[in-house]
Amino acid sequence: MIRLEHVSKTYKTLARPALDDVSVSVDKGEFVFLIGPSGSGKSTFLQLLLREEVPTRGRVIVADWNVAKLPRRRVPKLRQRVGCVFQDFRLLNNKTVFENVAFALEVIGKPRHTIRKVVPEVLQLVGLDGKADRMPAELSGGEQQRVAIARAFVNRPLVLMCDEPTGNLDPDTSQDIMLLLERINRTGTTLIMATHDHSIVDSMRRRVVELSEGRVIRDDARGVYGVGR
Amino acid sequence: MRASFVSTEVVNGLRRNVSMTIAMILTTAISLTLLGSGLVVVRKVDQAQDSLRQAADVVVYLNDQVSAEDSACQQQTCSGLRAELERASGVRSVKYLSRQQVYERAIEKFDNRPELREIARPEALPAAMWVELSDTVDPAAIQRQFGDSPGVANIDNQSDFVRSLVGKLNDVRDGTFLIAALQAFAALLLISNTIQLSAFNRRTETGIMRLVGASRWYTQLPFLLEAMVSGIIGSLVAVGLLVVIKEAFLDGLMKPLSGTGLLTPVSYADIAFVSPILVLVAAVVSGLTGYLTLRLYVRI
Ligand SMILES: Nc1ncnc2c1ncn2[C@@H]1O[C@H](COP(=O)(O)OP(=O)(O)OP(=O)(O)O)[C@@H](O)[C@H]1O
Ligand SMILES: [Mg+2]
Repeated sequence: MIRLEHVSKTYKTLARPALDDVSVSVDKGEFVFLIGPSGSGKSTFLQLLLREEVPTRGRVIVADWNVAKLPRRRVPKLRQRVGCVFQDFRLLNNKTVFENVAFALEVIGKPRHTIRKVVPEVLQLVGLDGKADRMPAELSGGEQQRVAIARAFVNRPLVLMCDEPTGNLDPDTSQDIMLLLERINRTGTTLIMATHDHSIVDSMRRRVVELSEGRVIRDDARGVYGVGR
Repeated sequence: MRASFVSTEVVNGLRRNVSMTIAMILTTAISLTLLGSGLVVVRKVDQAQDSLRQAADVVVYLNDQVSAEDSACQQQTCSGLRAELERASGVRSVKYLSRQQVYERAIEKFDNRPELREIARPEALPAAMWVELSDTVDPAAIQRQFGDSPGVANIDNQSDFVRSLVGKLNDVRDGTFLIAALQAFAALLLISNTIQLSAFNRRTETGIMRLVGASRWYTQLPFLLEAMVSGIIGSLVAVGLLVVIKEAFLDGLMKPLSGTGLLTPVSYADIAFVSPILVLVAAVVSGLTGYLTLRLYVRI
């Protein structure tokens, strides 16, 4: 589903590369944690998958797309198939929960009747049924992140990538969000999540890819956060 | 779905920075009013030149004696002068008008000035030769050549007057076009600025649109339409301003000229002629400015 082949990424402002000869392959339906200290290149890794950034060297393959070579006008198609969730939720504060999720479908031209059908379904999936008409300001952090996940998932992406989705949440709420992500993963969606959260990684026992200064220093099928340190 | 989404975005965008929108519309309107005025002048000059081509370039007025005694132009003085004029280089045609014919033409022209009709008498008017010249000939040469010929009272060089009138109108036109261009430049900067501001205000939305895979076209269309809508509103205001200018100033200003047959007053037909041009120019220019601004300055 996702393949990075000898990928390096150098930013002009940075002496060392943000990613340095990274090769990682993720199968369809996998759940992968991407860990490493701040500045190790986790977000850069995810941005390459979305074509937010292009690699300086190497190939990035997502599904059937050769991401770095994708012509500009086909990038939106890629992004429609790769959902993403961030630490800071990125909701539209002047729209209701329903409208926030519907927005993702409206702007890619989905018909109204589809929107009316699938948005309530996905809100139920993320546990927000009954809160469709709330404004983001009237929700807890965990609930807001659920809205963001619903928005990322409503178009049924092949891959859902999360950049520190629990970074702003307390441990209990984080656990709930992880349960939700696990449920989404069980529908067959490939899930890749960058995080700093030891306890989550340790409790989930999933594949762990660890980065340090832009290099892959560990790739365990059933890893924990802090081995060998 | 698409249409309603885009139209709400456009309306919201215009409402969000009302003051910028108003400034944008007014600058555009003023610039287009000037452009429209210039175009009206161009049209008037064309019409004036047309009516000029139909009239004589030079009029040779005959003296009292000839005018009174030789109404058919058969005696030596008159017919000789006519033959000489016809032979002169650059003369295309010569037409003789007797005192009575000159009077009739004058009456016709004074149609809407009864006070002049009242006082005009055939005896007060000279007979005349209407001389049409080819374009390359200087009318003053004819004036010099025939000014002292027997039977000639004086020679009127009409084209001099019309040429200076056309020249003045062309100056007016160039002036309005110049100011219109400066004003248009200001309008372009404002449009470009407003779009950047609009895009900045909506960066959260457009950021999300990018991430969920909205096409570039879909993301940009609201901004583009925002520019075009205000441009078109500006052009409509400009048309309104042209009507106001016509009613309030021009009609009064041009009334004295109405008898001359040279300049017809600015009519609604003239405004109707330039209006679609203004709307089109506004739509194309604002759309283009919007497009380039988004390309160059805004990451969407
Ligand atoms: N747009 C950019 N321009 C220049 N340098 C950048 C840019 N984005 C990231 N970097 C640099 O690249 C390196 C990797 O950054 P990245 O954001 O991928 O790290 P990260 O692992 O996500 O860190 P964190 O855990 O703090 O989110 C850092 O040194 C960062 O300063
Ligand atoms: Mg990061």
